[in-house]
Amino acid sequence: MSAVLFFLAAIGAISGAVGVVVLRDPFYSVLALVGHLLSLALLFLLLRAEFVAAVQVVVYAGAVMVLYVFVVAYVGDSSTSLGERLRPGVSGPTGGARLRLGSALLGGAVLVELLIALLGSGLKAIGEYGAPYAPGPKTYGTPAYIGNLLLTRFLLAFEIASFLLLIAAVGAVVLARRRGGLGEESEELVPLRLTRPRGTGTMAEGVSSLAFATAHDRPTDFQVPDAPEPEPEPAAVGAGASSAIDPEQRTDSGGGW
Amino acid sequence: MSIAWYLAVSAIVFALGAGGVMTRRNPLVVLLCLELMLNGANLALIAFARMWGNGDGQILALIVMTVAACEVCIGLGMIVAIYRRNLALDVDELRELQG
Amino acid sequence: MSATTYGWLVLLFPLLGTLTIAFGFRVLPGRSAGVIGTGAILLAFLAALGALIAMQGEAPAHRELTSSLWNYAVSVGINAHVSILVDPLSVYMILIVSGISTLIHLYSLSYLDEDRGFARFFAYLNFFVFSMLLLVLAGNFLLLIVGWAFVGAASYLLISFWYRRTTATKAGIKAFVINVLGDVGLVLGTYFIFKHTGTLDFLKTFQVAPHVFTRGEGDIVAGCLLLLVGAFAKSAQIPLHTWLPDAMEGPTPVSALIHAATMVTAGVYLIARMHVLFELAPAAQDVGAVVGAATLLIAGTIALTQTDIKRVIAYSTMSQIGYMIMGVSVGAYAAGMFHLMTHAFFKALLFMGAGSIIGAMGGEQSLEKMGGFRKAMPFTFACFIIGGLALSGIPPFSGFFSKDEILLVTAERGGWHWALYVAGYIGAFLTAVYTFRMIFRAFYGEPVAEARELEAGHLHHPEHPTNPANGELEDTDVGFPGPHHTIAERALPMKVAMSLLAVGSIGAGLVQIPEVDDVIVNFLRPTFAGSPLYEPHTRDGLLVFGLILGTLLGLAGIALAYRIWVKQPSIAVTARERLRPLYLLSLNKWYFDELIDALVVRPAAAAGRFASDTFERVFVDGTLIGGSTGIVRAGSAAVRAIQSGFLRYYAALLVLGVGALGLYFLLQS
Repeated sequence: MSAVLFFLAAIGAISGAVGVVVLRDPFYSVLALVGHLLSLALLFLLLRAEFVAAVQVVVYAGAVMVLYVFVVAYVGDSSTSLGERLRPGVSGPTGGARLRLGSALLGGAVLVELLIALLGSGLKAIGEYGAPYAPGPKTYGTPAYIGNLLLTRFLLAFEIASFLLLIAAVGAVVLARRRGGLGEESEELVPLRLTRPRGTGTMAEGVSSLAFATAHDRPTDFQVPDAPEPEPEPAAVGAGASSAIDPEQRTDSGGGW
Repeated sequence: MSIAWYLAVSAIVFALGAGGVMTRRNPLVVLLCLELMLNGANLALIAFARMWGNGDGQILALIVMTVAACEVCIGLGMIVAIYRRNLALDVDELRELQG
Repeated sequence: MSATTYGWLVLLFPLLGTLTIAFGFRVLPGRSAGVIGTGAILLAFLAALGALIAMQGEAPAHRELTSSLWNYAVSVGINAHVSILVDPLSVYMILIVSGISTLIHLYSLSYLDEDRGFARFFAYLNFFVFSMLLLVLAGNFLLLIVGWAFVGAASYLLISFWYRRTTATKAGIKAFVINVLGDVGLVLGTYFIFKHTGTLDFLKTFQVAPHVFTRGEGDIVAGCLLLLVGAFAKSAQIPLHTWLPDAMEGPTPVSALIHAATMVTAGVYLIARMHVLFELAPAAQDVGAVVGAATLLIAGTIALTQTDIKRVIAYSTMSQIGYMIMGVSVGAYAAGMFHLMTHAFFKALLFMGAGSIIGAMGGEQSLEKMGGFRKAMPFTFACFIIGGLALSGIPPFSGFFSKDEILLVTAERGGWHWALYVAGYIGAFLTAVYTFRMIFRAFYGEPVAEARELEAGHLHHPEHPTNPANGELEDTDVGFPGPHHTIAERALPMKVAMSLLAVGSIGAGLVQIPEVDDVIVNFLRPTFAGSPLYEPHTRDGLLVFGLILGTLLGLAGIALAYRIWVKQPSIAVTARERLRPLYLLSLNKWYFDELIDALVVRPAAAAGRFASDTFERVFVDGTLIGGSTGIVRAGSAAVRAIQSGFLRYYAALLVLGVGALGLYFLLQS
């Protein structure tokens, strides 16, 4: 039974991997990867790693892949098909065929090496079914077992990984924010901007008088030169004519001095 | 099945992923192929953990998954940023770091 | 308070003055910087008087006092303290330096009144006085070298005070470079002596020197000769004298202070201070004496034909310093130091008078354009006459006693020193001639326009100020002389300063009349106690002969000058025609500038050009720099080729690396 399951899962995993690599349309690639991950979860189960298998399905095949699908859908354009939009140009700047052949050779070489290393290593144990295993509530691979390890022996790694996730999340927000990208005109730190209510007298407000708030409250209006001006001159004030304001007003607006 | 089978599968998956990274030009697919490589490694880790009857390998696999999630996070963020700036989604076109 | 405490106070006041002015010039109101500067030096003078009084309270044998503030450097074999030596010689020097400096500060108060750099001037001036006092008070070689270098730096600052005059900055650089040459000599000489004595302290050095050196030994001679290089550079002796005439670019009080009374006497002081060493090195003494004599003659002849009034006085200074160097080199220490004092009085007086005339001329310095100021400037004229008579050695003015005494001691050494004796008297004659040539040309004859203007009650102001050295047009902004000039007749501080100096010029000689009061000889005796040359064994006949001869020569020189430049000016023209080669030699200052230019400056410049044009371009730029950049460039090109920017390519390289590594391990196992 386990042998059957293994072969099913192994064939699924390998064919999923092949699908990821060879399918032209990224959307199908993602789907193939989902299949691959599910098969892999099955293999994990066969290896008595219940908790990891569950994480694989829930987090990996679930959450992460959904993220992929979202991005693929987002990047895709309505006018062209998903595949068209994402398909790269006809021929690459370098000899694409040559690199492809070389890559295949390299990948094959690595595969051969790995197989020799793993299987020809002379390890007796890999020819067997592994260590003895007795089912039970706290036995090898159960959530209780993993949790115990994670929160005792590997606590540091656990914490570091959680910090890494946090940093990655912040990084992703910064990277993908609305007017993101380096070298564009609004280079302020977004989170700081978000947390600051208007007119609370920050240093930046004090320095630039009203300009700061005005310019950023109406980003689109401000960009278009011939946009109709709704009222006389908040924008002109924003354009640096702060000398036009009398000093009292200025101190009022930048009250935090 | 003996552990050796699992290891063989992991090697094949890893090699497929590596080949994909080298051949595909769509950054999304490159990321997917990276996932493949990580998963290949994960499988080997868990197989060895089974072999020794020890949970350490599983923990390492979990950490690898976490790192993979981070990498996906940043990678997808970058892809979105690239898309926003109307650049081609092609790793061969994105070569501003050329020396 | 002990004498050494007063010694430290002498140093403290000018230092405080310079720091106060330098850091507070923005907040000091009006002209208070000048008052502070003058007051600081006056306090230093009073402290010097205190040191004198405190010292006189000691027994003569205990008048060499040292005091150390702290250990400056303790190293293997070196133990350098910040210490001063207060003995009769240094007290004598600080009295002269601070006294004359006080008067010159007072003079400057008026003289630079309109100058934009007023505060800066007084900061420099105080710094200079501090450096000079440090030099003479230094109790060891280290501090002496420090003071020596400070004086050089201060003189550079002061000479280039009008820093937007190119001639002034060039003169400052010249003075500094030559002075640094002297510094090098001084340091090397110190090393030669230190090598054997193992101590930097003066008193210890003098104690052990007779034991570690044999008389005339190579190292002591070399050391003393190198010290002489330092002395020559500071005291403007041939061939390191060319900076002194050029240094007249500085404001006139600077000329009076640095180039008459203080800085140039440092060399004389050095030889007197090191007399123990010099007596161990007779060859160095002889060199000093010969160079001094040569300088006094050559400078005297040059002064005969110069037309710039300050340069005439400058060459006269060189000549008189030549007397002093000769004197202290032949063992006439007291006489040399005595001449140093009297010279400080009358030369400062002459410079101040020259400043007054230059003020009346509106900045013009050429004797060619002066004349007939006798009626317009009676006070200045009187000062000039007093200074001139003192300089010419006419009794009873101060120069009379001091100059003749040097020559008397020289003659006592006998042998070839008689040649120096003769040279000294020729120099005395020349002195009288050029001094009174200057006076007669400036004050006698037909009054020039400026003199008539002054007689009418109005001080001449040039419409467009010009540089007197090369006639360039200038403005009166900062870095140039101020818009208004001052004359002694109209400025009380100048008058006071000059009057006091005039009194000194008349009376200072009376303190040391040979065989009568000998004040200086007795006062300085503790310093020179061990010297066999110190005690004069006078031949009375020679003394009287010398005094009479000196007087006669002086009078003859004045008479000659009167005949040539007042009675029959045509003689000057015919003499110039007849003796054209000699005239040109003198006018061109014996071609020393050209000689140095050809021997030192040009080869150095050529070497520099070679280094920059050929060596630098071909070897450094082409080979070293070009080669290394070429290597880096080639290497980076190779590395850059790998950086194709293709992600997949990188991935392939990565996988290749992994594969290679795996292969390595497989082959290993």
